[in-house]
Amino acid sequence: MRLRNTWVGLLGIALATTLACGGSQETSSTSAKPESPSATPAGQKVDTATAGDVKGVAMIDGAVPKNEAIKMNADPVCMKENTTPQSQETYMVSADGKNLGNVFVYVKDGLGNYVFDTPTTKATIDQKSCRYHPHVFGIMVNQPLEIVNSDPTLHNIHAMPKGNAEFNNGQPIQGMKMNHTFDKPEVMVPFKCDVHGWMNAYVGVMSNPYFAVTDKDGKFELKSLPPGTYTIEAWHEKLGTQTASVTLGAKESKDITFTFKAAGATATN
Amino acid sequence: MLHRFSKFLVACTVLLILAGSLVTSHDAGLSVPDWPTSYGWNMFTFPPSMWVANILYEHGHRLIASTVGFLTIIMAVWLWTADPRRWMRWFGVATLGSVVAQGLLGGLTVLFFLPAAISTAHAGLAEIFFCMTVAIAIFTSPGWIAGYDLNAGTDAAPPLRSIATTATILIYAQILVGATMRHTGAGLAIPDFPLMFGGVIPDHWSSAIAIHFTHRVGALLVTIAIFTLFTHIRSRYRDRPELTRPAALLVALVAVQVTLGALTVLSRRDPWINSFHVVCGAMVLTTSLVVTLRSWRGSFASTYQMEPQRSRSSQSQLVSDRAHA
Repeated sequence: MRLRNTWVGLLGIALATTLACGGSQETSSTSAKPESPSATPAGQKVDTATAGDVKGVAMIDGAVPKNEAIKMNADPVCMKENTTPQSQETYMVSADGKNLGNVFVYVKDGLGNYVFDTPTTKATIDQKSCRYHPHVFGIMVNQPLEIVNSDPTLHNIHAMPKGNAEFNNGQPIQGMKMNHTFDKPEVMVPFKCDVHGWMNAYVGVMSNPYFAVTDKDGKFELKSLPPGTYTIEAWHEKLGTQTASVTLGAKESKDITFTFKAAGATATN
Repeated sequence: MLHRFSKFLVACTVLLILAGSLVTSHDAGLSVPDWPTSYGWNMFTFPPSMWVANILYEHGHRLIASTVGFLTIIMAVWLWTADPRRWMRWFGVATLGSVVAQGLLGGLTVLFFLPAAISTAHAGLAEIFFCMTVAIAIFTSPGWIAGYDLNAGTDAAPPLRSIATTATILIYAQILVGATMRHTGAGLAIPDFPLMFGGVIPDHWSSAIAIHFTHRVGALLVTIAIFTLFTHIRSRYRDRPELTRPAALLVALVAVQVTLGALTVLSRRDPWINSFHVVCGAMVLTTSLVVTLRSWRGSFASTYQMEPQRSRSSQSQLVSDRAHA
């Protein structure tokens, strides 16, 4: 009798839960982790009067692999939004096929005890035409990230970090927005849409503001770096990472070239 | 009527297993990120216009699962009110409990982002639930109730029981290894077939390769067990169709299953081939279970008043089995 009552109780709870959760018309949501209170760490601010720049280019050596074709026919909305043949954005190269875009370049080491303000301006990732825009980008720890669904179809945004908290949120209605903050540095955090398996993006979560993503000509620039010796890393979603060491004097500007190969990578400076 | 309904439940469960395997095969497990709701809607009012791309698989799986759950409630109530066997009434309740637990595991694995342990448990419990529905269909069948060979003293067949039970346990273990392989992403850890990295045994190892290798070795062991069972039945129970028919079906199914397993690797995990491999595996398991349950029918003799059914030759065969033991 007790067992039967237990089952009846369980079923009752399940039924009540299901009925209590009606259709939702929410247009925004927040999934940010609660921020732990932390005192401002001791450290110095960057003196912009003596700061320099590091700029350069990411190149690809050898035959550029072909981007994988995408079939969007599982969702009529995606088909309507993309009338031409579609492919992945893995290898974005310049017209001459030598320079590589969508490479995340950042200062990995060498900043010592410099401290940086967390930007209050939002970074944005938009789900538009059944793609993520941008495909690769960076934000700072605790900087608000706004996630937008501009598509007239539904998406789920699924972040799969290793150090931060994983999340998976649905945005079924066009125009929905949500905010999220990452509380730990992590390069890179992958995003995917489990509805549309081809949709993926990557965000670099940084503790400093010295990061950039190479444009379609492979160019990047890290501005206002204080004098010092730095390890600069370049990351590509398929070709891996490579690093370069740069020593920067006051008001100095240095150039770096990262050369990725299909099977490995080298850096010169 | 109850027996017909139980067979209907078995058929629906096959469909449910296919739907579940399509979810994993299409990597669609998190395409509906919430549970028990679907994108905030009640599962049953989620607009069909939104069942696009991978949502079709995940939401379809949830709806079919809900239907099977509802049918299981009917089955449990029906057994409770109509079946005179006390143990059978409680078996119906246990079956309902397993499908409730299965639903909860399905929800948990979504909410926790598909951890391999929960997803594998979900796959393992699915097979147990399927076995329970098949067992109900067997227990409510006219043949079972009449007693296949009670006058021969069926508990006098230990070799058949041992072989059949061993085969069923082996198949279930093999399915668990397969589920682990699926949910740890080891399905193509060994990318070639029938060789393994060009050799008979892998020339290098990782945990994924070890899981995949275990599944291939398991396939070999299961095949041997099934052929042993088939040979035993053919040689000693030739005139017992309730054993020879499922045994023959078992051989056919394992041949199909091995072929589907090979094609899964060769097609680079084509979602449909992969899914039919899962479904066929479940059918191999339950067909072996049918033979196993029928071999144990004699142990249930005290719960029935039976009429003698079987021929003298079958009786003598069972006696012979006892002697061999």
